[in-house]
Amino acid sequence: MLEIKNIYKTFNAGTVNEKKALKDLSLTLNDGDFVTVIGGNGAGKSTMLNSVAGVYSVDSGSILIDGVDVTELPEYKRAKYIGRVFQDPMMGTAATMQIEENMALAARRGKPRTLRSGITKEERAEYKKQLAILDLGLEDRLTSKVGLLSGGQRQALTLLMATLQKPKLLLLDEHTAALDPKTAQKVLDATDRIVEQNKLTTLMITHNMRDAIAHGNRLIMMYDGHIVVDVSGEEKKNLTVEQLLALFSKASGSDEADDKLLLS
Amino acid sequence: MQSFINAFPGAVSQGLIWGIMAIGLYITYKILELSDLTVDGSFCTGGAVGAMMIAGGHSPWLAILCALAVGALTGLVTGFFHTACGIPAILAGILTQLGLWSVNLAIMGMKANQALNVNAHKLLVSLRFLSDVKKGARPFYQHPILVIAAFTIVVIMILYWFFGTELGASIRATGANGNMARAQGINTNRNKVIGLMIANGLVALSGSLLAQYQSFADINMGRGAIVIGLAAIIIGDVVFGKIFRNFGLKLLAVSFGAIIYYIVIQAVISFSDIDSNYLKLISALIVAIFLTVPNWKGKFTHFIHKSAKAKGGA
Repeated sequence: MLEIKNIYKTFNAGTVNEKKALKDLSLTLNDGDFVTVIGGNGAGKSTMLNSVAGVYSVDSGSILIDGVDVTELPEYKRAKYIGRVFQDPMMGTAATMQIEENMALAARRGKPRTLRSGITKEERAEYKKQLAILDLGLEDRLTSKVGLLSGGQRQALTLLMATLQKPKLLLLDEHTAALDPKTAQKVLDATDRIVEQNKLTTLMITHNMRDAIAHGNRLIMMYDGHIVVDVSGEEKKNLTVEQLLALFSKASGSDEADDKLLLS
Repeated sequence: MQSFINAFPGAVSQGLIWGIMAIGLYITYKILELSDLTVDGSFCTGGAVGAMMIAGGHSPWLAILCALAVGALTGLVTGFFHTACGIPAILAGILTQLGLWSVNLAIMGMKANQALNVNAHKLLVSLRFLSDVKKGARPFYQHPILVIAAFTIVVIMILYWFFGTELGASIRATGANGNMARAQGINTNRNKVIGLMIANGLVALSGSLLAQYQSFADINMGRGAIVIGLAAIIIGDVVFGKIFRNFGLKLLAVSFGAIIYYIVIQAVISFSDIDSNYLKLISALIVAIFLTVPNWKGKFTHFIHKSAKAKGGA
């Protein structure tokens, strides 16, 4: 479904602030893979996700989604294939617009924006139904401005919006990191349910190793711009946090795992 | 007092005309959250195109439509500078505005102004019509206030419809949250250009109406337009923000804001013997006052609250 082939990305090339964020990174996701991504700060997790989404263009290498080469496509054109939820709850929704308007915008992802009405009656009924499933009381607030919602509600809404128009690929960039533990759990549960129901191919970055083990069918660990650990199936299911730390130390050849990776 | 009452209908008419310009500015300033300084130039472009067309014997309707179209082109230029060339919006607008100075002169045949003769040319609005209607020389429906109010309402209705469409909603999303918009597959650069074109089209339309109203177009007629536009938006928001929630009503509030602005200016002129050269200074001060009110209101209520508490404690 997703093929990342030997991509490189360097920020501020040729200056003192030069940062080689991605070095010869390759990754292939099969249909229906739910991959969790962990790694320390600066390992390149977000850069990888943003490169796939088209926020950054890569220096070399190629990115294919469902066989289509999207390496040169601008962000808004790739959005046709990709649903995204950001770390910052403010980023995924338009605060000054209504809940239903945000959903209607998302439901038209990848379609031409015409002079037809921005939202129809049937859509409203459908959105109400979908919001009810989230169980956050949003189904009665369709015309509320999104800016009035809590961070957790906004993330749950963004998640729903990312999947209204079924994406080929769902990208979650630490989407629960800014939430309190209880809300984070709720949003993670909703993530599992939505990914399961729609059989979505998913990449989820997390800082929480327990979450990384508990969710998805495959786990990758990044270090210094490339992938150092890639486990799946039974092996992944039986992983413990300690084993993960040991794997990291081995892969990175240092003991810095404890301070760089341990965040849970 | 008498001079103020006499000048009142004129102030309202002017306010309504500038209100259409302010509605255009509202699209860039509030909806797209861009500071577009093209308006000082495109307002005059609209006036110049409108005046030249009418002076050339064309219908005032055609003149207005052409002004709208040319105004949209000036927005396209700013949009090109901003999106394709990556120039910050505020600077892109200044560049277009500067360039338009020459273009506007060229439109007017390298003259600094173009006069229109109320008797010789067919006009939709004119200062003269105010007294004509009063004397009964013209039917009441040609009263400038009615004509321009009709224009304003039609403009608001079209914008209300447009910003409710899929495309219009995507333009609102572009201004509200560009990251979200792109993640939802919206071409934010294209939308900014469309918004700038609509905005400057309306600004030029307003300019062409003013040229008819005052019977001339002048190279300086757009100077300070941005300040008047911002004043209208801010006054409208300060006065009507609490009661006007609907998008259409918010646009109406902008028009009301422009009318209030002109009434205040007229009052200052009527009730003092101030030299009219001080008008720009007064304009700037009025805008500064209305910009200050919302900020100080919070501080003031806080102060009252605190002093009440202090008294209660003593």
